[in-house]
Amino acid sequence: MKSEQEASASHAGPIVELSGVNKHYGDLHVLQNINLEVSKGEVVVILGPSGSGKSTLCRTINRLETIDEGSIAIDGKKLPEEGKALAKLRADVGMVFQSFNLFAHKTILENVTLGPIKVKGMKKAEADKLAMSLLERVGVANQSHKLPAQLSGGQQQRVAIARALAMRPKVMLFDEPTSALDPEMINEVLDTMVGLAHEGMTMLVVTHEMGFARKAADRVIFMADGQIVEQSSPEDFFTNPQSDRAKDFLGKLITH
Amino acid sequence: MEGYLSLWDEYGSRIMESFWANLQLTFWAALASLVLGTILAIMRISPIPSLRAFGAAYVNIIRNTPLTIILTFGVLVLFGVFQLKLTNDFDLNFFQIAIIGLSIYHAAFFCEAIRSGVNTVPLGQAEAARAIGLSFLPAAWLVILPQAFRGAIAPMGNVLIALIKNTTVAIAGSVAEISGLMKTMLEYRADVGVLIFLTVALMFVIVVLPIGALVTWLSKRLAVAR
Ligand SMILES: Nc1ncnc2c1ncn2[C@@H]1O[C@H](COP(=O)(O)OP(=O)(O)OP(=O)(O)O)[C@@H](O)[C@H]1O
Ligand SMILES: [Mg+2]
Repeated sequence: MKSEQEASASHAGPIVELSGVNKHYGDLHVLQNINLEVSKGEVVVILGPSGSGKSTLCRTINRLETIDEGSIAIDGKKLPEEGKALAKLRADVGMVFQSFNLFAHKTILENVTLGPIKVKGMKKAEADKLAMSLLERVGVANQSHKLPAQLSGGQQQRVAIARALAMRPKVMLFDEPTSALDPEMINEVLDTMVGLAHEGMTMLVVTHEMGFARKAADRVIFMADGQIVEQSSPEDFFTNPQSDRAKDFLGKLITH
Repeated sequence: MEGYLSLWDEYGSRIMESFWANLQLTFWAALASLVLGTILAIMRISPIPSLRAFGAAYVNIIRNTPLTIILTFGVLVLFGVFQLKLTNDFDLNFFQIAIIGLSIYHAAFFCEAIRSGVNTVPLGQAEAARAIGLSFLPAAWLVILPQAFRGAIAPMGNVLIALIKNTTVAIAGSVAEISGLMKTMLEYRADVGVLIFLTVALMFVIVVLPIGALVTWLSKRLAVAR
């Protein structure tokens, strides 16, 4: 029974597939031969010291950053170079930024409906309904007529999650979604993310929140100096890290 | 004082007509240069290198060419050499050529004003737009430019005010506007020369001052809260 399930899962193929990805910023080799597969429904947490290339990795997956070498595929489709095809594939990849990046001149509702209406050609009434149900789900439906600046950081980030979900993405990328938040707002965002994870969303999350990694991650990837140094289950990684870099990283976290 | 009143008796209707020409030049040139300036600004922020280069070249060439030369060029070359006739009405033709010249010139300044507005929009806005699947033009039109315009109201207002005053250069394009009439009046009515100057200057001040106030008010009111 189990092997049958595995067989059907592998037949579908990974949602995200990076192979031999290299990227340089001038002399800095910021991504070094990255190979990574994320399968459907998997939640992968990326950890690593500052400057190790976590954000860059995340951003290459929807081509906000270009790569020098290698290939990236979303649900089996290679990322196109530019233009309409790229825009279309980007809609399949939801992204949540550290600084929320809600459209400052649009209401909360309009932030969520813009993509469905303008990218997917959805009717306004239908998009409004979809948006309200998503805002309900992240707990900010009662703020729908306000502008982003009128919301707290935690609320803004939950709207950003709803905005990404409105495109019905195949995978969600989170780049330190709670790092810009006041401590008392971190949990409301993490809870939303844990909820998503339990509903089966495929997620790639860069975070320093170890609690989230323990609670929701299927796999932890540890990066240092542009390389994936080790990957394992959260349990294994936290209790039994293999590399010196990972031991050092975890040691610093615990003493803080 | 009597001399001044008789000036108005003599020239009053022509003064109003000429100044009306300046206002009409302003209106049409503002409209056209705003549209052209927006297109240039889109070119300058576009991901296509050749469009960016064209936009930059346009701005740098036009901005560094004196307006008088552009307007004289319009009349001498477009009309004189190429016989460009937009209409059969002789005066109206010069008027329209002047609008084109003023628009070409001020579009470069509107472009740069809008671009300064683009710089007030954080990079994350464009990234978020791209991330939900908007390609360049919709991202620019729906997300970047609406915020850029609202951040560029003050510099765009300055361009508009400069345009109003620059309509006096249209005399170089043979348009019967106020500075041309002023020269005529100075010739025939040297007795009230200073008053003629002051009158014309005051007419511009009366138009420009409220615009300046409106711009200040709008740029505060429409500022994007972040
Ligand atoms: N646009 C850029 N130009 C040049 N260098 C860059 C650029 N973006 C990032 N870098 C460099 O690339 C390296 C990796 O950056 P990245 O932001 O991916 O790290 P990170 O792991 O996300 O770090 P942090 O935990 O601080 O967010 C850093 O040394 C950074 O200085
Ligand atoms: Mg980062």
